[in-house]
Amino acid sequence: MTRTVDDPEAHGLTRVGGRPPLTKYLRGVAQRKDFILSLAKYRIEAENERQRLGLLWIVLKPLLNAAVFGLVFGILMASTKNVPDFVAFLIIGVFTFEFFGSCLNAGSKSITNNQALVQSLAFPRMSLPISVVIQKFMELVPTMLLLALILTVMGHRPTWNWLLVIPLIGLYFLFCMGMALTAARLAVHIPDLTNILPFVTRFFFYTSGIFFSFDLRFADSPRMLEYVQYQPVYAFMSLARELFLDSDPLYDVRVELWPIVAVWSVVIFLFGIVFFWAAEERYGRVN
Amino acid sequence: MAASTEYSPGRRPVVVVDDLHVEYKVFATGKRATGKDSDGGLLRRPKRTQTVHALKGISFTAYENDSIGIIGSNGSGKSTLMRAITGLTPATSGAVYASSRPSLLGVGAALIKPLSGQRNVILGGLALGLSKEEIEAKYDEIVDFAGIREYIHLPMRTYSSGMTARLKFAIATVRNHEILIVDEALAVGDREFRKRSEQRIREIRDNAGTVFLVSHSMRSIRDTCNRVIWIEKGELMMDGDPEEVIAAYKAKRRR
Repeated sequence: MTRTVDDPEAHGLTRVGGRPPLTKYLRGVAQRKDFILSLAKYRIEAENERQRLGLLWIVLKPLLNAAVFGLVFGILMASTKNVPDFVAFLIIGVFTFEFFGSCLNAGSKSITNNQALVQSLAFPRMSLPISVVIQKFMELVPTMLLLALILTVMGHRPTWNWLLVIPLIGLYFLFCMGMALTAARLAVHIPDLTNILPFVTRFFFYTSGIFFSFDLRFADSPRMLEYVQYQPVYAFMSLARELFLDSDPLYDVRVELWPIVAVWSVVIFLFGIVFFWAAEERYGRVN
Repeated sequence: MAASTEYSPGRRPVVVVDDLHVEYKVFATGKRATGKDSDGGLLRRPKRTQTVHALKGISFTAYENDSIGIIGSNGSGKSTLMRAITGLTPATSGAVYASSRPSLLGVGAALIKPLSGQRNVILGGLALGLSKEEIEAKYDEIVDFAGIREYIHLPMRTYSSGMTARLKFAIATVRNHEILIVDEALAVGDREFRKRSEQRIREIRDNAGTVFLVSHSMRSIRDTCNRVIWIEKGELMMDGDPEEVIAAYKAKRRR
């Protein structure tokens, strides 16, 4: 074939596009940290801009959520009368679960809903799902502070164990980040995922013991109780609850849950990073 | 060697497009217009993918300080070619080489409508890869160029389409691009702004940059380009002097 163009290598030109190696890619993501943080912050502002109560909705939503579940399961179905401190039990679960659910949901849309952006500007695509998770994390922090306040008002004394909630949330952040990155890529390959995902979230919601107690349900089959603690979201929920309700003699901190959440977090986080990066070139395609 | 390629050794090439092919696989839904009615219902509809061959072997070299107009009828592959040059659309075969990553002029997709113009200047600048300090330094320049200083604290959704377009253009051109691709951006705004934006494009070109301009307006192509590439159905028809290529393109269209 005759060359009709200049020899690119001779003039020091490099190939456009193409996925950089993982470490270089992650450095590129780190360089975009201001973009990622501003995008997260501004999205929160934009979402609440027209609401009269504005940013207050960040804490109002989980409160209303807890109120509905409390009404239905605590009062109407009365299925929980044996759960000690049901109200505290419920709000810790609902407040903590919100982050996982919204990361998974918004994370899965982070590429597919931003096609125009992905097709017009060149930046590491990982910035988008990361920014979504940081946005949800910025909403989680005030919720957790409110939770601590409510629990104190309800008479659950703060103890030193409350400080352990901070590393727990750190691990939870990594776990949810991994899930969001995985969902973001899968949604690009499988458009049907948007229909499946609500069921996945609901599955986790109902199998994590948020408005009922697995300890009571499986009181007579300790084997089931052992299996269920390997369900990561359940492990996170339970640990958060046991740390917060430390002053309550009916709740003991199960130390054995720590390695479970730690392993899940690190594995899912690393998997999500690699899994998302591997398809970097795919995200800009039009179809 | 194809006669259509303007091959000029001696000048420094900045973009080399080498036998570039781009194919899209599209999920074909609905029935094919064959006239034959299939007996299958909704559930039996076969899902087949259709391949669209958007670019069929494009080759050319762009040199430093070139200002290249890209013309062709709708659906000829102009936008696909530009996206492939920026690396946003992967090539099926062939490749694009460049001295630095070419960027599309456009920042609109990064902006958030409910937020103020001020916030969007920051966000748009960050999306383009500027640092916070660089944006601060150029903030006034952007706002004045867009001519929206009195409205800068209002949400962008309240802006008129002209104001929005001006702001987008002002943000997008603030960065010094070595290789810039402008996709029909000059057609925005009123006459006065159009003049200013064309002036800006010329400035960018003079700053040792290379510009690709995709446009349907032959006037703005004549005004800004020193070379024109004509694409039709994914193939390169002609490449050379603006007057000659535009004349050939118009003659073809008239037939």
